Amino acid sequence: MIQESVLSVQNLSVVFHTPDGDVAAVSNVSFELRSGETLGIVGESGSGKSVTASSLMRLNNSSTATTSGSILISGVDVLTAEESVVRRIRGSEIAMIFQDPLSALNPYYTVGKQIAEAYLVHHPQSSKAEARSITLEMLKKVGIPNPEKRIDEYPHQFSGGMRQRIVIAIALINNPKVLIADEPTTALDVTVQAQILDLMKELQKEFNMAIILITHDLGVIAEAAQEVLVMYGGRIVEQSTVDALFSEPTHPYAWGLLGAVNSLELSGRGSLATIPGSPPSLISLPSGCSFNPRCAYSSEICTTDVPALRVVGSQGSVTACHLPNDEIISLGRKAAAR
Amino acid sequence: MFMFIVRRIFFALVLLLAVSFFTYMLFAMLPSDPAALTCGKNCKPDVIAANRIRLGYDKSLMEQYWLFLKGIFAGRDYGTGAAAFSCSAPSLGYSFGQHECVTTLIAQTFPVTAYLSIGAFILWMLIGISTGAVAALHKGKWQDRAASIFTSIGVSLPTFYIGLLVLFSVVIWLRILPFPSYESPFDNFATFLRTMILPWLVLAVLSAASYTRLTRNGMLEAMNEDFVRLGVAKGLTTRLILRRYVMRQALVPIVTIAGLDFAGLLGGAIITESVFSLPGMGKMSIRAVVESDLPVLVGTTMVAAVFIVTANVLVDIAYGYLDPRVRVK
Repeated sequence: MIQESVLSVQNLSVVFHTPDGDVAAVSNVSFELRSGETLGIVGESGSGKSVTASSLMRLNNSSTATTSGSILISGVDVLTAEESVVRRIRGSEIAMIFQDPLSALNPYYTVGKQIAEAYLVHHPQSSKAEARSITLEMLKKVGIPNPEKRIDEYPHQFSGGMRQRIVIAIALINNPKVLIADEPTTALDVTVQAQILDLMKELQKEFNMAIILITHDLGVIAEAAQEVLVMYGGRIVEQSTVDALFSEPTHPYAWGLLGAVNSLELSGRGSLATIPGSPPSLISLPSGCSFNPRCAYSSEICTTDVPALRVVGSQGSVTACHLPNDEIISLGRKAAAR
Repeated sequence: MFMFIVRRIFFALVLLLAVSFFTYMLFAMLPSDPAALTCGKNCKPDVIAANRIRLGYDKSLMEQYWLFLKGIFAGRDYGTGAAAFSCSAPSLGYSFGQHECVTTLIAQTFPVTAYLSIGAFILWMLIGISTGAVAALHKGKWQDRAASIFTSIGVSLPTFYIGLLVLFSVVIWLRILPFPSYESPFDNFATFLRTMILPWLVLAVLSAASYTRLTRNGMLEAMNEDFVRLGVAKGLTTRLILRRYVMRQALVPIVTIAGLDFAGLLGGAIITESVFSLPGMGKMSIRAVVESDLPVLVGTTMVAAVFIVTANVLVDIAYGYLDPRVRVK
């Protein structure tokens, strides 16, 4: 079944203007999202994944950031539309859940009020009683026990996992087409992480929505996503299916990420494999391929030319690397098997 | 919550008792003889001796303090026979400088201080919060810089300087207003307003400065909170976000400090009252200092202490309502 595209991002670039100079946080990012699909975005801190996410709802401060490209959702270009149009899209067509569920909730109002508020702003004709009953229903759906009582409690009275469920309830109250989950499990205990991921998968089926899952945790990607974008230095360096990423990764950076995960899972002892060096400063990105100072396969051309994205291998993966195709495939398989 | 309030009030009373003790002792230990101050320079020793006995200054300090404390609840009689008089409860002592019960004096002067405080307080909250909000909403632009200049001036210039400057320019130089002469609003409302407008403004503008800063910083801090971002992501209008998310958070410390500031003002705006010659508690305190009229000083100090301690309790209780996280169960 071919699902309709609900979100189309073309050549998204975000530049932050800081006193120290311009920061190219995101450069030339393009992707499509179909309903019911989960797209994972992986990368280190500062790789541009969160900025990409907040651009999708135009949450970046326009006075300090310049955003270019196009973001189409329901026929509207989020980047150029009127503020009132974007406001109608926010929370109804596209919703977001944040990393830290405590700081994401307003401490001064009950959770019921915060969920109902999200519903009422997009359903101005509804009564408060209506909003409350819909809120109660939503609380049940996200697995809050005893919702009739807890609807009138404040965020600090909930545990971390329960708070994230509240944030999910706020996000889904208007049945959005796209849900952006920015590190939704990072601040939670490991056992709670799995519960939240399961809940998101379950609700995704029920609401048939697309999810953009932003994480630095490849385990979360393997668990929940079908498509993956690997970002580095504000650029997409690999775009593939999850299966392809784990069986035939096509970018040296992805090899490093997989190596770090595999060394943990397989040996149990010995040292943790790491990628040498540290993430680049976005103010002064290395010339050519941003990854070249940390790459074991770097050559002359990597320091001068930014590699274009191209299809490599049998699984349709797209990569941005100067290595020849056959070398990428053999090195990639080796990295996956390690 | 009820137990919390009861406990809070109990400790407030203990605190007031301690304040009364130290205040009384401090003033009693000053190297002046209150009995000698009861009559003028050419006072005869036997009159002084009689007054000493009549006002109770012949007793030990602890005994004097006990009589003072008892007077608050039971009233106090001075002397015996034809020269006897009494101050009914709550008696804060007898002013030998003004030949009047201290409680009566405070009852006469307090309304002036209250009118000054309430008017100035309303004005300064309006000015402070609105300029702070404008500065926060236009961070880095000219409005913000103007507000920042305003706050620097407000916090650095003393009241007596600005007060005299305003008095000179408006009353003496421009002659827009007559020289202030206080009249009760019930007797002559127009004169009352003409007298009060300058002290209200001076006090409000100077006090507003710190509220401008508090509002601006509180709002900017709130704007960086994740929950404000979630509010935007919900699709809420800017106005709703400012009201329910940004201002709601910024107001918590403002209410706390405003409560204490207002109580402090009720204890007597000494400088403002002196500059604009308003017959309030502050001006009376200054006069009492000059005349070493100790009972008046003890009385006004006690009244100020009651306001500040009460405000502290109220602020503590209000805090629980403002911030659900500190609500006591």
